[in-house]
Amino acid sequence: MASTDFSRTVSTPSHHYSFSGSDAFFARIHIDLILLLLILALAATGLLILYSGSGQDFGMVRRQAIHFGIGIVLLIITAQIPPRLFQLIAPWAWGTGVLLLIGVLLFGVGAKGAQRWLDLPGALPRFQPSELVKLALPLTVAWFMAKRPVPPRFKDLLQAMIIIVVPTVLILKQPDLGTSILISTSGMLVLFFAGMSWALILSMISIVAAMAPVMWFFVMHDYQKQRVLTFLDPESDPLGTGWNIIQSKTAIGSGGIHGKGYLMGSQSQLEFLPESHTDFIIAVLAEETGLIGVCLLLTLYALIILRCLYISSRCETLFGRLLSGSMSITFFIYVFVNIGMVSGILPVVGVPLPLVSYGGTSVVSLLLGFGLIMSMYTHRQRK
Amino acid sequence: MWEQSFRDKSFERRLFRARAIVAAIIVLIALGGLTWRMVYLQVELHEKYKDLSDNNRVQIRPVGPNRGLIYDRNGVLLAENIPYYSLTIVPERTRDLEETLQFLNDLVGVSERDREQFEKRLSYRRRPFEPVVLRHKLSEEEIAAVAVNRYYLPGVDVEAQLVRHYPQGKAFAHVLGYVGRINQMDQEKLEQDEENKRRYSATQYIGKTGIERRYEHLLHGNVGYEKVETNARGRLLRTLERQNPEPGTDLTLHLDSRLQLLAAELMEGRRGAVVAIEVETGGILAHFSNPSFDPNAFVTGISYADYGLLNNDPDKPLIDRAGYGTYPPASTLKPFIGLAALQAGATSWNYRIKDPGWYQLENDERFYRDWKREGHGTVDLEAAVVESCDTYFYDIAVRTGIDRLTPFLGKFGFGRDMSLDVITATSGLLPDKEWKRAYRRSAWYPGDTVNLGIGQGFMLVTPLQMATATAVLANRGKWQVPHLLLAENDEPIAIEHGPIDDIQLNDERNWDRMFTAMEHVITGRHGTARSLLKNLRFPIAGKTGTAQVVSIPQGEKYDSEALKERQRDHAWFMGFGPVENPQIAVAVLVENGESSGRTAAPIAQALINEYLGGAEG
Repeated sequence: MASTDFSRTVSTPSHHYSFSGSDAFFARIHIDLILLLLILALAATGLLILYSGSGQDFGMVRRQAIHFGIGIVLLIITAQIPPRLFQLIAPWAWGTGVLLLIGVLLFGVGAKGAQRWLDLPGALPRFQPSELVKLALPLTVAWFMAKRPVPPRFKDLLQAMIIIVVPTVLILKQPDLGTSILISTSGMLVLFFAGMSWALILSMISIVAAMAPVMWFFVMHDYQKQRVLTFLDPESDPLGTGWNIIQSKTAIGSGGIHGKGYLMGSQSQLEFLPESHTDFIIAVLAEETGLIGVCLLLTLYALIILRCLYISSRCETLFGRLLSGSMSITFFIYVFVNIGMVSGILPVVGVPLPLVSYGGTSVVSLLLGFGLIMSMYTHRQRK
Repeated sequence: MWEQSFRDKSFERRLFRARAIVAAIIVLIALGGLTWRMVYLQVELHEKYKDLSDNNRVQIRPVGPNRGLIYDRNGVLLAENIPYYSLTIVPERTRDLEETLQFLNDLVGVSERDREQFEKRLSYRRRPFEPVVLRHKLSEEEIAAVAVNRYYLPGVDVEAQLVRHYPQGKAFAHVLGYVGRINQMDQEKLEQDEENKRRYSATQYIGKTGIERRYEHLLHGNVGYEKVETNARGRLLRTLERQNPEPGTDLTLHLDSRLQLLAAELMEGRRGAVVAIEVETGGILAHFSNPSFDPNAFVTGISYADYGLLNNDPDKPLIDRAGYGTYPPASTLKPFIGLAALQAGATSWNYRIKDPGWYQLENDERFYRDWKREGHGTVDLEAAVVESCDTYFYDIAVRTGIDRLTPFLGKFGFGRDMSLDVITATSGLLPDKEWKRAYRRSAWYPGDTVNLGIGQGFMLVTPLQMATATAVLANRGKWQVPHLLLAENDEPIAIEHGPIDDIQLNDERNWDRMFTAMEHVITGRHGTARSLLKNLRFPIAGKTGTAQVVSIPQGEKYDSEALKERQRDHAWFMGFGPVENPQIAVAVLVENGESSGRTAAPIAQALINEYLGGAEG
């Protein structure tokens, strides 16, 4: 298996990389300087917003900065690992992930009516296997598709679907609708980048659309239905789940074009806005810096995503391209779902704003993902 | 794996690049969609959400006014507002409520009762994050102890508020009254009137009795407002705008704390009342009832146990004997009976009788005894007043007749509440034929008139009424209604004359003749208040009285030793001074005081001396 991959990635014709100056240094340590700078800019912006959104809790900002530090170190380490190694571990990671998900269903620890956690023995922290699957699934699908011809044949797609559907169903059972949708999407994105035909894509989208009512009646739990209902009409529950969305829209809308000024947002600073340091943090930015701040942040996200897509297309291996492409768009989906939910065009699902919301797991795993992308991009096959 | 040799690397790249471009376009369109959404919220709907946001954070809160202060006529503070510190807990903010309570107990002490009350308040319906009071009346040391340990006590706070305080305590309890927390009944009453409901929207205390209740409308003031910014939990963060409340009116009373405190001192250990009135104005200089109570205990809520002790005390400390206690006037009524008989022509200063020690009506076997068993011998009106000869007054009362006696006594305010602002004042009882028919279902007998002649029988007066009548007498029939209020915010107020006519005598000289007779009560050889001579500093006119508590059966000898203390006679004294130019009128009642000359009269004299002596110096 290893040898076949080897032969496939031998030549690097007309290579674009120019080894000169600092570029040369960063190329040697497998870092894409432009992407790293964009990420650091986003991280700095995120810390500033967090200071305001946390109610000026400097301790929280410091902890988040430490998360960033750990994440950057892991990013750099990950970038050093040759893509070959990821290819090797991909199916094993997937298998382990699936076993752990089964373990969660059998022995898991619940919270808020859902079983997502696995209690590890001794002093080990609680562990959420779906976090592992988030990375393992696209990795495995990319590994699988990279060995097949492009555009993919129908039977290859069907086999790939099995890799996607098994963990998706297991997570859906927990139940965690949001994560299962995100995970399956990240797998589908690999198929999209592999060149799955438009006809198939469109028919799958229509199947999903047709499935929605079935999901509503047979799969979704009451609390999930409630979220959707509240999304459709927040005023129906103004003090319960609707409160969050009413307050976040109020925060955003009252910010206007110029905003109320940094640390001056009454919605955020006076504790009207819930989760102002985690899921709803963009509302803090929108309230205090207005439309201008929001546009700047969206631009920063757009630049990161475009840069990721660009370097994905420049990856030497198909595996690298498929994986980076899928991960770039997954990152975008996080951004879109979060901002869409806070601004009231999507139902409230617990998705943090990437690299801005407070949270160690999210920050570290996202930066690890960027490390993977850089690894795919910067590693050249040496003869 | 077998097909890789056929792979076209550049086709793979081109295919991916095409898909990446499609993805990039979708990403840009989606981000554009988010931007459009933000523009819609932040530009299109900005005004709407700005209003919502302002409504969120800005609240209008009422601010309670400071209650007006109360002073005596010399500017001595009688009721003030002092800061009062309460220990409060926001249970939601504590780490461990039980631990916090334990720590606070070690720190400042939390009694079993505080604890119970706290649990009770905690169980009531309350908004989340609303502080619950754990303990009242923190001392400076306790506040410091809490402040120092603040870090270990999240959710614990010390709240300050102004609370009513009566620095003179017991001495003014009945006349000033007290404020207490607005209860359900007060609340319902306030809510009947929209204006009151608004005025009291931030008020916790209301006058319950006395001056505090009578002048509640002046003392309270008017509510103010502040626009405040609050957080989602309703916690106040800053004040944006403020309309200050109007403080209540400061009241100055006619009361003279020197006299009031002197009365309290002299009444120590006795039950009874002292009332002093300024003759010229009707201003009440002293209004004291003993035993008394500490009004400060009522302000922040008295415990059931403590209230029970006061309420069940056989000495009834809560009752204002000065305004509400009714007693037979006994011999203190004699000067008024004398004037009534003179007015009716039933006697004259020269009319004499021979007193054998008893009186008998025509065709009636019954003996109406004089207090002096062997009789006073031949007495005229003046001697009858000086020696308090019962037989003389039996005679002239009967000669005057009930139909002429009652209306004349009524002119002095007996049988009605003439006071302007004494909330406890009651009307007493001035009997006549109609009253007896209506309430006793019986005809008026001549014997009833005989008894009335010496102030016994049905008639009841309060010490305040007796002092008022004495003041009217001293003012030669010119009425000044008794009242406490002297000034509002240092502006003297005009007192309406009241619904009563001045008393015109057929012969105006009778006033001074009666004054002289009453002066001889003290200075005369047979005067019943001779005991006052040794402390006589100013010429005083007065009259003693001994009100029977139990009626003595016919033919038995009165023996005070055999009677229990509570069955002994009440001692009265009424008087005024100086005789030529009366300035102060005083009435003193000592329950079971027995001898007026030994108990009631010296107290009245002390007050008159203090008042006139102070005015001189």
